[in-house]
Amino acid sequence: MLAELTRRLLSTAIVVLGVVVLVFLLIHLIPRDPVDVMLGESASAADREALRQNLGLDRPLGVQLGEYLGGLARGELGHSLHHRRPIVELLAERIPATLELALAALAFTLVLALPLGLLAAVRRNTGWDRGAMAFSLLGVSIPNFWLGPLLILLFSVWLGWLPVSGRESPGALILPALTLGMSLAAVLSRMVRSSVLEVLGEDFIRSAYARGLSTRQVLTRHALPNALLPVITVLGLQLGTLLAGAVITEVVFGWPGLGSLTIEAIQSRDYPLVQVCVLLISLSYVLVNMLTDLLYAWIDPRIRLGESDAG
Amino acid sequence: MRVKLPAAILLLWAAAAVLAGALGLDPDRIRLELILAPPWEAGWLGYDDLGRPLLDRVIAGARTSFWVALWVVSLSAVAGTLIGSISGYLGGKVDRVVVHVIDIFLAFPGILLAIALAGILGPGIGNVVIALSLVGWVGFARLARAQVLSLKQREHVAAAIALGSRRRRIILRHLIPLLSAPLIVEATFGVASIVIAEAGLSFLGLGVQPPAASWGSMIRDGTRYLLVAPHMVLVPGLAMLLVVLAVNLLGDRLRDRMDVRLR
Repeated sequence: MLAELTRRLLSTAIVVLGVVVLVFLLIHLIPRDPVDVMLGESASAADREALRQNLGLDRPLGVQLGEYLGGLARGELGHSLHHRRPIVELLAERIPATLELALAALAFTLVLALPLGLLAAVRRNTGWDRGAMAFSLLGVSIPNFWLGPLLILLFSVWLGWLPVSGRESPGALILPALTLGMSLAAVLSRMVRSSVLEVLGEDFIRSAYARGLSTRQVLTRHALPNALLPVITVLGLQLGTLLAGAVITEVVFGWPGLGSLTIEAIQSRDYPLVQVCVLLISLSYVLVNMLTDLLYAWIDPRIRLGESDAG
Repeated sequence: MRVKLPAAILLLWAAAAVLAGALGLDPDRIRLELILAPPWEAGWLGYDDLGRPLLDRVIAGARTSFWVALWVVSLSAVAGTLIGSISGYLGGKVDRVVVHVIDIFLAFPGILLAIALAGILGPGIGNVVIALSLVGWVGFARLARAQVLSLKQREHVAAAIALGSRRRRIILRHLIPLLSAPLIVEATFGVASIVIAEAGLSFLGLGVQPPAASWGSMIRDGTRYLLVAPHMVLVPGLAMLLVVLAVNLLGDRLRDRMDVRLR
C-alpha cells in the first residue's frame, strides 16, 4: 500500500513537472518575437530590451527553464504586464470568485443528478427514465456559452428575476452556477442511473428485500451507498473539467474569477499572466484527480491503488 | 428513425459545407434597413446587428465548423493512432516516454489547453485547427495503445513475426485494422466535441476573425442584443445543437452496434 502510494505520488510529480515545462514552453510557441507581440511594434528599443531582460528571453532556453522553475519554487509568480501589478495580488482577488462559482455549480450538480439518476434507475424504461436520459443527452450537447445566454434570456430578460451579469447581488451566482453545472449534472445522472441499475441486480439487494425491508430502506441503505462508489470517481475527474468550464462561463456572465482573468490576459497579450493562470487551473485539476484516486481507494478497500490505472 | 433523422441532419450539414460556395450566399452583405430584423419580418432567419442575413451566415458557420471538425479529427486520429500503436507495440523505453507525455497532456483540461494554445498562436481558423489537434491526438493515442497492448499477444501477430514481417507491416496491416471499431466510435464523439470547441474558441474571439462567420462568434455577437434581437443567439445555437445532438445520437448507436466499450 505504502509502495503504491509512493509510486502514485512519484508519477504525479512527473506529470506536474511536465505540466510546468509545457506551460513554460507556451511563450516560445508565439510565432513572432514575443516581445514584439506583447509590447506592440511601436514600443521603444529600450523598453523592449528591458522586457526581454526582465523575462529572461535573452538567455539560453535551458537557463530560462531553470530560472522559471526556481522562481515557481520560491513562490515568485512575477508581474502582470497589463495590470502592472504582482500576479499574486490579482490571483488573491480572483480565486475566491471562481471557488464560489465552482462550489455552487457542484452543489447544483449533486442536487439535480443524484435524484434524477436514482429515479431513472428505479423507474427503468418508463417515461421518467426516458425523460431523465433525454435531459442528460441535451445537457451534454448544449455548450455553456449557449446555455448561459439562453438562461439570461429566460430569467433575466423575459422574467426579470435575476441579474444579467456581475457578482454584486446574491442572486447573481444562480445563473452562472446552473450554466457551469449543467453538463456535469447530465454526465453524472447517467452515471448514477447505470450504477444503481448494476447494484440493484446484486444478490444482497434481493436478500435485503427478503429480510422484509421496504423499498425505501433498500434504496437508501443498500443500493445508493454502493452505487455511489463509481460516481465519486466520475465526479472527481469532472471537477477539473468544471474549473476549465468556468473559463467560458465566467466570460459569459462577466464573473470576476480566474477564468475571465485568463481570457483578459490572452486578449491583452499578457503572457506571464496567461502562463500562471493556465498553470494554476491545470495543477488544481491534477491535484483533484490524484485526491479522487486516493479517496476511492480509501473508501473501497477492494480497490488497490495500482489497479486503477491499468491500461 | 433513430438513425435516419440524425443522419439527415449530418448530411445537411456536410452539404451546406461543401456546397456553400455554389449556393450564391452573401453572408457579408449589409442591408442597413434590415438591422436586427427578426425572422418573421425579413429573410428566412432574420438579420443581425449589421444587417447581414442570418441564413447565409448560419450556412457559412456550418462550413467553418464542418471543415475544422474534419481536419482536426483526421489529423488527431492519424497522429494519435500511429503514436499510440507504435508505442504500445514497441514497449520499453519508448513506451514509457510516450505514456508520460500522454499523462502530461491529459493533465490539462482539454479546452483550457486549446484556449491557451489558440491564444498564444494568435487568432485565425488555421491556428484553431492546430490547437485542437495538439489537444485531440491524446485520446486516440491512449485508446490505440491500450488496444495494441492486448492485440499484440494474438496469434496472428505471432504468426506474422514468425513469417519475418517487419514491424512497420505488422503495425499497419495486422494491428491498426483491428483497432478501427473503437477508433471510429472515438472519432464520432470527437466530431461533437470539436464542433463545440471550435464554436467556443470563436465565442472567445480566438477562432475565425470578422467578417467570417462561425456559430460561436455569431452567438457572441448576439449576446449584446439579447433584449432586442434574441434570434441572433437562438439561430446559430440551434444549428450547433442539432449537429451536436445528431453526432452524439449516431455515436451512441454506433457504439452499441460495434459493441465498443470506451474507457
